[in-house]
Amino acid sequence: MSTLEIKDLHVSIDTEQGTKEILKGVSLTIRTGETHAIMGPNGSGKSTLASTIAGHPRYNVTAGTITLDGDDVLAMSVDERARAGLFLAMQYPVEVPGVSMTNFLRTAKTAIDGEAPKLRTWTKDVKAAMAQLRIDADFTQRNVNEGFSGGEKKRVEILQLELFKPKFAVLDETDSGLDVDALKVVSEGVNRAHAEGNMGTLLITHYTRILRYIKPDFVHVFVDGQVVEEGGPELADRLEEEGYDRYATGAGAATIAAADAAAQA
Amino acid sequence: MTDITTEKARIGAPSAQPFINGFTEEGESLSPLNAAESKSPLAGEAVKRHSHGGGVGVPDSSRAGRLTSYKLADFKPLTGMEEDWRFTPLKRLRGLHTEVLGGAAPSVSVTAPDNVIVETVGRDDRRIGSAAIPEDRVSANAWENFTEATVITVPAEVQAEGEVSVLLTGQGTGAAAQHVVIVAEKFSKSVVVLDHQGTAVVSENIEILVEDGAQLTVISLQEWNDDAVHASSQQAKLGRDAKFKHIVVSLGGDLVRVTPSARFTAPGAEAEMFGLYFADAGQHLEQRLFVDHAVANCKSNVLYKGALQGRNAHTVWVGDVLIRKEAEGTDTYEANRNLVLTDGARADSVPNLEIETGLIAGAGHASATGRFDDEHLFYLMARGIPEEVARRLVVRGFLNEIIQKIKVPAIEERLTAAVERELAATDN
Repeated sequence: MSTLEIKDLHVSIDTEQGTKEILKGVSLTIRTGETHAIMGPNGSGKSTLASTIAGHPRYNVTAGTITLDGDDVLAMSVDERARAGLFLAMQYPVEVPGVSMTNFLRTAKTAIDGEAPKLRTWTKDVKAAMAQLRIDADFTQRNVNEGFSGGEKKRVEILQLELFKPKFAVLDETDSGLDVDALKVVSEGVNRAHAEGNMGTLLITHYTRILRYIKPDFVHVFVDGQVVEEGGPELADRLEEEGYDRYATGAGAATIAAADAAAQA
Repeated sequence: MTDITTEKARIGAPSAQPFINGFTEEGESLSPLNAAESKSPLAGEAVKRHSHGGGVGVPDSSRAGRLTSYKLADFKPLTGMEEDWRFTPLKRLRGLHTEVLGGAAPSVSVTAPDNVIVETVGRDDRRIGSAAIPEDRVSANAWENFTEATVITVPAEVQAEGEVSVLLTGQGTGAAAQHVVIVAEKFSKSVVVLDHQGTAVVSENIEILVEDGAQLTVISLQEWNDDAVHASSQQAKLGRDAKFKHIVVSLGGDLVRVTPSARFTAPGAEAEMFGLYFADAGQHLEQRLFVDHAVANCKSNVLYKGALQGRNAHTVWVGDVLIRKEAEGTDTYEANRNLVLTDGARADSVPNLEIETGLIAGAGHASATGRFDDEHLFYLMARGIPEEVARRLVVRGFLNEIIQKIKVPAIEERLTAAVERELAATDN
């Protein structure tokens, strides 16, 4: 049983107009076996939370803590966090030219496990996981994310999730840009990983659609860098019906963004 | 004999000229004067006039108008101000441009399949000069001073099994001249590897004749010792439907300056020119290439990739592509990419594309010099891969694109290992 604990997290970024605070005191505790959905309008800071957990250099933590089973995550480098068991499925996975998927997957697995995977079982595992996610076998010969469609990139993120077996998975809008079939395939992948019983999931999404396939235990609503409401799965149903409108009034700067988001949804 | 010339289109050229004369948005409208001059690829009329005019006059600013001559005296002493020498530290040429090249030339040892003919010949052999005329003083100096040449002939219709391996081993620091002729006769198919090792101060002329329908790959490896100085003119003349692949790999040496060229003399030919270089602290690695589309319906594709690390690591890439008026249906692309790994290194990259006809299939060029992409690094590190491993993975991947083009497994493995050694040096 592991615990990922975020306490009073404040995060800012440097912009041309100066420093801008994006997260304004976020607290969240996730345990193994739990699925937490973080929902909110565009610009509410959801993705910032994901990137901050992973350690993206753009985000500066000005206050608060993140700990994994008591260990200070913020003191770890990006790769140390991954080796400690944190996994971020990225919203926009980058293309890495010249690095083949095979080479990348094996290098990462070796780094995370601290030893090279046994070649025979590894190849079999990769093949099986790819087949379940309906990824063509020839992807292993291609360069990381190079020329992949949006949906293919997301499947490959979930492929990594299944192969690397993290303690906590942060899914940053994995559902956006997916058609229904791809959404089902990706959700099944997350559910398989979850069903092994050693993982906690932080599911960041703008839409409630994915929650039909991945059932959250807790729902947190983000507005303007803060959690404004928390509840069980029923909260997601309510959001589905009402959108983010009702948070708009008290939420200052998020008002317009929330209204826009609702209009789009 | 007039030396009045019109400035031709120089797209992307680092020209001080404030305008492009005779060039409209529709393409270039050539002056009749120049149009008549741009013809034969190897020794066009304009070229000849300059070369036999004893070096007098102002060379045409078009790449076609460069002075070419077998005589050293036709080339003025270098000052470093010349367009084609402006990036080269002349002091480090160790006399290749000033001295009589009387030192011992690198020894030549050739391993070749049985049906390939390897000869050592004197200066008067009829094949000398069949594919090249020196285009600069250092090349002409070698031409005047070489005593014997190695001629490699792949006879007509021979499909050589395995590569022709030419090991050139430096014999010390006396300034020397070298000459090699490679003849791929009609419909032959072969791979020739020029493997430069050891310590040398040498100016080298490599003549490459690719006859009609022949397929030839020439791989020039520069894995010299740290103190070597090497200037290499590698000029290829391509016949009808010839397929020529040229790969330059420069890793070792204090100063290495390779000037490859591909000249189309008949339609239907294809040239692919690839390069890989990895400059460490203090190294000067320069490559200047020329693709001469003198006839219709030929294709060329150029890609050079370089990595730089350490103080005063300096690389130069200049790619001249000329599409002459006659070269309708030309399809060409050239690109150079540099990855600067540390502070204190410098990469110069100059793609020049001259187009004298609008009736072409395509013409493009690209150049990019950059540092590490932090997003690449973040992505790999977010998968648990430590920073130095991630960096290596990206650089290896970057350079692999060229190594993969070689298609000779033993050499691919050797170069992969060489790149690993360079990368290991980064960590120190």
